[in-house]
Formats: sequence, structure tokens, C-alpha cells
Amino acid sequence: MVDGCGRGGGVSDSTMLVPETMMALREAGAAEFARVGLPTTRDEEWRFTPLGDLTKWSTFESAEPGETPSADALAPHLFDAGWPLLVLVDGHFAPERSSLAGLPADVTAMPLHEAITEGHPVATTELGRWAGPDQTAFTALNASLFTDGLFLHVPKGTAVTTPIQLLSITTAAADGKVVAPRMLIVLGESASATVVESYASIGDAASLTNAVVEVHLGANARLDHSRVARERDGAWHIGFTHVDQEQDSHYRAFALAMGGRLSRHNLHARHLGERVETLLYGLYLTTGDQVADTHSAIFHDQPNCNSWEVYKGVLGDRSRGVFNGKVLVDRLAQKTDAKQTNRNLLLSDQARVDAKPQLEIFADDVRCTHGATIGQLNAQQRYYLQSRGIAGQQAEQLLTWAFAAEVVAEIADPTVRQVMEAVVHAKLGEMTA
Amino acid sequence: MSLLSVTNLHASVDETEILKGISLTVGAGEVHAIMGPNGSGKSTLAQVLAGHPAYEVTSGSATLDGVDLLDMEPEERAWAGVFLAFQYPVEIPGVTNAYFLRQAYNEIRKARGLDEIDPIDFVDLLEEKLKMVEWGPEIMERAVNFGFSGGEKKRNEILQMAVLEPKLAILDETDSGLDIDALRIVAGGVNRLRRPDSATIVVTHYQRLLDFIVPDYVHVLADGRIVRSGGKELALELEEKGYEWLTGVAGAVA
Repeated sequence: MVDGCGRGGGVSDSTMLVPETMMALREAGAAEFARVGLPTTRDEEWRFTPLGDLTKWSTFESAEPGETPSADALAPHLFDAGWPLLVLVDGHFAPERSSLAGLPADVTAMPLHEAITEGHPVATTELGRWAGPDQTAFTALNASLFTDGLFLHVPKGTAVTTPIQLLSITTAAADGKVVAPRMLIVLGESASATVVESYASIGDAASLTNAVVEVHLGANARLDHSRVARERDGAWHIGFTHVDQEQDSHYRAFALAMGGRLSRHNLHARHLGERVETLLYGLYLTTGDQVADTHSAIFHDQPNCNSWEVYKGVLGDRSRGVFNGKVLVDRLAQKTDAKQTNRNLLLSDQARVDAKPQLEIFADDVRCTHGATIGQLNAQQRYYLQSRGIAGQQAEQLLTWAFAAEVVAEIADPTVRQVMEAVVHAKLGEMTA
Repeated sequence: MSLLSVTNLHASVDETEILKGISLTVGAGEVHAIMGPNGSGKSTLAQVLAGHPAYEVTSGSATLDGVDLLDMEPEERAWAGVFLAFQYPVEIPGVTNAYFLRQAYNEIRKARGLDEIDPIDFVDLLEEKLKMVEWGPEIMERAVNFGFSGGEKKRNEILQMAVLEPKLAILDETDSGLDIDALRIVAGGVNRLRRPDSATIVVTHYQRLLDFIVPDYVHVLADGRIVRSGGKELALELEEKGYEWLTGVAGAVA
């Protein structure tokens, strides 16, 4: 079911009319979702990723906003209280918890609904342009249900040095409902920024976070983009990120999945010009019966571009990892240099990973490599640590940290790197306790 | 009283017997060299004393300060004061040398009922130990042995030994592949770590190391047995005559 026309989104103003741009997207999304419906494991893209009880939902309705969490309740979900912060609660903007202090004056950071209503020229042009409803069933569902989201625009030549936090909180009010935030991040020519996008729960809810993030990087722009999915165990998280990159731009992602019963992330990057660089790093840390699924796709449509992808998983208990990495090299994309690596560390005999590299290469002068491994802790390393007095849980913790740290170390911004190190370290501590 | 006492030790790997009855007594304050051609069982003896899981002890005993070593896990031996400088030190990408060493130091302290060291005090302690191997503090921020040259790895073993201050240090072919400068640094470190209450076993194929670390006793191993024991002059004699003098097996000593 889709929200009716005219019913708006903001926490502050739920009677606000939905602007035309958003209406058009919603209608297209609703029509597309009605056409395709939920995927099943017979769908190649969902072969290893059952949706479980989600398939029993009779309707998919957008969550009404729950009570805005207090600053204290929000604090554990922030990475740094000093960074500019935009907060969504159950998909609706929470102005009283957001703060833009520290951002350069020419940077726009605001709720998406407001940006569209005001007719911000970049927001209205770019919304839905990169991740349209027809990409997947869940981009269709998001398009049909989203009421608000976040918009970040860094104009030509502006460098934002402080990391910007985009936080989506799901509350108990979203039980049985869809939280469908939509984020739009646009960097003009030679602009640069560091963004930390995260998803968390306050209170238990069997909710579906269905996020869509559109990123557009102008020529020579540079974005360091971290993404953390850490909702509580009852939640589903299905996210889609699409990045379009103009010539000479540089995109660096760090994706950390460690929450929810299912966390699925589609990360697509497309090259619109030459000499683009795309660096994708990811880590999934799962326990219990969790499933973490990454489907990445890098569209090498232009010559002389590089992509480098390293995803690692640490899996305990009966949890499962799915990694599908597509690298699609167009016949025009000569001199492509693409490398993809997926490594998995199983902490339990019952944990399982389905890894599938998928290289489709139509150019003849390229270098493309891939590798996937699934294994247990290295016996030599374990013995070496034991011989130095480090054994049992301590050794396990140190070696799992060593395994994961290689990816975390790739985060460019040192302050973001430090906070992510702390988050990962704490999680691995729990996993090996 | 002897610090280490090994009696009629037999050990196998994959059901092949490598050690065929080793007996050895090492007293506090002593340096023993174990020499022998390739395949004689020298490294196996070192690994068996450290507790490598691949080796199965089939009979015999080994005690440190009268306590049975063979029943202990490798970490328990470390806590009891055994340190093996590996022939092939293991790389641990993702963990800094500083973190690794501090954790090892603290685990050993905890096992002995002591409090963990204050991180700042540990920095001071490290600074002093680093001098022993002629290193600056920057090495501590590199991942353990990762991307280290052969010589750096061996120096790192000696640094660990300096920090952990073992009762019994076993150096397994620490000299192999070292240039003369690295050899001098490694041997200098070992010599400075000699204490009246600790002992060192130097496992080596070559006499060269023993010019730098002068042993009190030399034992020659062949086919899993000690075929000759003597003072430091035995090493010189071996250098002159070659291993085949004692073992019937050709092998360079110098």
C-alpha cells in the first residue's frame, strides 16, 4: 500500500503538500512495485537471501514517526557529538536533534522534502535520477513510500573537512512498517566531503529499513563515504546506494554491516568520464541467525578508470554472508584496472558464506582480477600468539581484529577511522567473548 | 639445580619419529648451542619444547624448574618462562607491534598474578629494549613482522625476548640469512639479556653465530640423538672437520 497523494512527511508539518517532483517519483515507484512485487529466492539476485517473515506482510506502509528520542537516547548512536548531524526518526526529519554547526556557509544540508518544496535546483534535478524505481523491487518500494530524507549539496570547489553524519533511527513505532529514507548527496566539480551515514534502532521493532541513497560526484570531486547498518536484531535492512561519477572523481566507501536479522546492501557505481577512481571497502560482522548480503556493481563505462574493492566478513554462530561483486567493463572502457577481493573468516562450523564474483568484460585491454576466500583462523598465527602467552579468547580477538582492521585502515579521514576502529573492535570483542 | 631437564625425549610428526631419545640438562646462567646438519632434529627439539601442536611427544620428559613442560599448552609454557625465537617468525597484518607486545607482556604478567602494566610505563620499558636492537620507536607502529625483511623479523624476535624476559630462551636458527650487521645486533641483544637466573639454547647450523654468542656447552645432533657434547671448542673442531666427522653425513659448518 502506498501513501495517498497530499499526505506529507515532516515531523513538524504532516499536512504539507507533497511537491510534484516527489509525487511523480512516488507514483512511478508504486506502479513499479505493483508490477514486480517482492523478490523470491528464485530471483538470481536473491538466491541466497531469503526475506523470511517479510514475505508474510500483507501491506507495506510507511511508518509514522515515533517519539523523537532524547539527546541522551541518541548519544550512543552518534560517532562524534561534534560533527554536523542530520537525523531522521522513522524516516521523518527531526530538526530538534539535528545540528549544522561547523559546515561551510555554501554547503546545503537539509531535509529532502524541504529542499524539493523550496525548489532547490540541484535537488529537484537530481532526485530519482540515479536510482530510479526501476532499479530493483526495493528502489521501487522506497520511491513509493518515502516521505522525507536528507539532501546534501557541496558546491563547486568547496572542501568540507568535518565529517557529516546522516543518521536514520528506527523506533518501536515502526514495528511492522517500512522506514523509507531517501538521501541525495551531490558534490560539484572539485568539491570534497566526508559523510558518515548510519542506521540504528532505539527500541525493538520488526521493521523494514528500505533506504535509497543517490550520490552524484562532479568532475574531480572527492567523497569519503562510510555507511554503518546496525539496527537491532528484529529489523530488516535493505539499502541501495547508487554513485555516479564524472571524470577524475574519486569515491571511497566503507560499508559496515553488523545489525538486523537481514542487512542487504546494493552498492552500484557508474563511471561517466575518464580517470575515475572507485574504492569500495566493506566489512560484515554477523552472529546468531543474521544474514549480511552485499551486492556490488561497478559499471566501467569509460576508459582509464580504476576500481578497487575489498570486502571482508567475520561470521559467528549460524550466521550467513552473501557477497556478489559485479564488475562490468564496457567495450569502450579500455585500460580499466579493476581488482576485487572478498575474504571471509568463519568463527563457527555452522556459519556460511556464498561468494560470487561476477566479471563481465567486453574490452580487450584491461586488467581485472578477483579472489574470494572462506576460512578459519590461521593456525600458524594462533600458535605464534600462544608462544607469546596470548591464547584462547585473547588470541581469537586479536586475530579477528587483525583480519578486520585491514579494511578499516582504508578509511581516509583519521577521525572517522578511529571511531570505526572502536566500533569494530567492540563488536569483535562481543563476538569472541 | 638445573633449570631445564630433558630426559630420553622422543617425538614424532605424522608418525615419523624425529627425536629418538634426547637428554639434556641446562643450568641457570648457561648458554648451550645445539648444532647439527639439516634434518638432524634441532628445530624439532626447539618446537617440541615450545609446544608446537604438530609434534607428538611419544616418551621422555622435559621439566623447567622441576615442573613438567610437556603437559602444558604453548601459552602456559610462555607464562612459565619459555621463549622460542622462531626460525620463521609469523606475520600478523593488522596488528601493530606495539599492541601485540603489550598484550603478550600483560598476559604473562596476569598469569603470574601481577597487574597489567600502565601503558605509559610500557612505552618507557619499550624505549629501553628498542635500544638493545638498535631500533627507533617507529617499528612499533608497523604490523607484526608484516613486510619485514628477514633480518628485521629476527631482530623483532630478539626485541620480544628482551621485553618478555624469559627464563629459558630458545633461538631457532636465528642466524640463518642474516648479514653481518644484523647478526651483530641480534647477538649483542642476546648477550645483554644473559642473566644468572636464566638460560639460552642456541640452535644453529653454523659456527659463525657462536663467534658472537659464546656458548658454555655445545651439543651435536644427528638423526634425532645427541652424538657429542663438549665445550665451546667442540664448535671450532666441527668447523674444521665438518659434520661428517661425527655424523657420517656431509654438511658445511662454517
